[in-house]
Amino acid sequence: MSEMNLVSKGMTTCAGCPMELIGRAAVEVLGKNTITMTPPSCAAIITGNGDETGWGIPSIQTVLMSLPAFASGVSEALRVRGIDDVTVMGFAGDGGTFDIGLQSLSGAIERGHKALFICYNNEAYMNTGNQRSSATSLGAFTKTTPTGKKESSKNIDFMLLHQDLAYQATASIGDIQDFKRKVKKAKEVDGPSFIHVHAPCPSGWYFPTGQTIKVGRLAIESGLWQLWEKENGKIKINRKKFDLEKVNEYLSLQGRYKNVTDEVIEEIKKEVMRKYEVLKKFEELDFI
Amino acid sequence: MGDILALDGNAAIAYGVMKSKVELIAAYPITPQTPVVENLSSLIDRGEFDCGYINVESEHSALSALIGASATGVRTFTASASHGLALMHEVTGVASGSRLPIVMGVVSRALPSPCSLWCDHSDIMSERDQGWIQLFAKNPQEALDFIMIAYTVSEDERVLTPTMVDIDGFYVSHLTEPVNVPTDEEAGKFIGKFEPNNLILDVNNPYAINNLSSPEIFTEYKYSQKLGMDAALEVIEERFEKFNEVFGRKYSLVESYNTEDAETVIVCLGSMSGTVLHTVNELRKLGKKVGLVRVVSFRPFPKKALAAALKGINNVAVIDRISAVGSMGPLYEEVLSCMHQTDEGKKNVFSFVAGLGGRDINEKTVKSVFEYVDNANETGEKPTDTIWIDLKKE
Repeated sequence: MSEMNLVSKGMTTCAGCPMELIGRAAVEVLGKNTITMTPPSCAAIITGNGDETGWGIPSIQTVLMSLPAFASGVSEALRVRGIDDVTVMGFAGDGGTFDIGLQSLSGAIERGHKALFICYNNEAYMNTGNQRSSATSLGAFTKTTPTGKKESSKNIDFMLLHQDLAYQATASIGDIQDFKRKVKKAKEVDGPSFIHVHAPCPSGWYFPTGQTIKVGRLAIESGLWQLWEKENGKIKINRKKFDLEKVNEYLSLQGRYKNVTDEVIEEIKKEVMRKYEVLKKFEELDFI
Repeated sequence: MGDILALDGNAAIAYGVMKSKVELIAAYPITPQTPVVENLSSLIDRGEFDCGYINVESEHSALSALIGASATGVRTFTASASHGLALMHEVTGVASGSRLPIVMGVVSRALPSPCSLWCDHSDIMSERDQGWIQLFAKNPQEALDFIMIAYTVSEDERVLTPTMVDIDGFYVSHLTEPVNVPTDEEAGKFIGKFEPNNLILDVNNPYAINNLSSPEIFTEYKYSQKLGMDAALEVIEERFEKFNEVFGRKYSLVESYNTEDAETVIVCLGSMSGTVLHTVNELRKLGKKVGLVRVVSFRPFPKKALAAALKGINNVAVIDRISAVGSMGPLYEEVLSCMHQTDEGKKNVFSFVAGLGGRDINEKTVKSVFEYVDNANETGEKPTDTIWIDLKKE
């Protein structure tokens, strides 16, 4: 008999949902000795409704502002109880990580609790029906940026470079094996870790539900989403080859960029190169 | 019997926490609560108190962390005041709704605006409907004792409801008095090691806590919380009795003083009761039939005990330490609803506001309350609104 799925099948997430796949993949690696928490968000769909839950592991629904503080408490309580074989996994979107939850995240990392914070970034407040977040990309339509977002997304990864994370990585639904490898590393470190996962959302980005992985892969192949990790202060870029020309294909697949101008596309490409150049410089350093 | 130490209310709370064998604290400093967190940090640092301490970055995170910790099966504590308690508001409901026996010290300080550092009850009263037990201590000794009592009530399987132990900012928090601190052996006779009486986050028995709940079951969840809160009334009395057996200090849900033959009594909360008691003594010397009724447990509200305490008394003057703009003070409303429910007949119940933002409630204030009641009875002019008794006249 095969082992029980730690995330139930038949979740009521949208068709093609990347968040569900990310949650599944994470728990597959972390195993049953995991306590998870979700804010009220798309991830709360897994935590469930009434007497039903999608998690086969213990879970608690937090408030949007302070998931990392909840995780701090769980992590320290486990320490008090002498339990050292349980992983604490925070599972929040870009709203709960970049915006309303940022202070709490920063505090939890600074205090050094042993916990893994996974951010599935679908680049807007999707659970309330697609409103802009600070993670929304330049030019993207949301219901609160009807003519396209005028600002670039917050570079939370670079912000967190200056906090003492035991392990930090970017990942993507477009490369699940790479994500799983990173979750395994995060599980093994003694301290806070952060994995930021690109999560193309068919409902909010307006692409066919069968193309979630494809859109994720195109983001990697075009350089728009860069895969890297930081261990012991050293940055490693996981994939250096990308083709800027694929930016157009990535954008044209998604309805949210329907009205994007050529000027904005040029700016998006420039941004890719700027980020990459900085990342390369970081990689040259022995320690950051 | 214990050690007599000179402690202020804040330090007394810290000792109460230590004697309650708390396992994890998360707190953020705020005037006038700051010495609570400093005292606890020192006790832990000196190795006198074996306890985890999370130095969180906000009060919102303090209570959030404790919800996670309490749900993982450890005994927890935090303390706050004013802005800090208001910031926690979102999560106070999560703690009580998740039936977590967290205990919090509240060092009451006015909510803005304008900004104030000083005492009134606007902070804790804003939490009165959030499903927490609320005990008001009048001095440092009670602060220590109520913390220990709070854990034994909150953790009782009939209750499973968090508790706020309130002291008045500066009037109690910074008042130094001799406090009897129990030895560990004595404390052990009253409170044991924490054993969770509810579901916890356990990988061998997975549950989802605090998930989305539909209209189908939300009402029943809230009703079960109500049953827990109702049961607390009896459990608090049980624990008061046990506490008296072990330590010889007697407490009750409602404390009465000189009420037997009284014509007029003041009903109040917290530290002002000391001044009222003193003034009652002074007025009794002049032959005035006055008394004092102090409400110790504001949540659950002890309706029966209060009705019994006020039996046969014609004039009831309620002093609220919160402005309650737009209606009447919360304590006044409770007293009135209690009178109505217990069919105690027609009493004159007066609503007073005093002591806002740290204004001292002194003997003069209390006398003017009694005088106001006398005058109203003589002239037959009964007020229809709250009387701001210590408002400056010019």
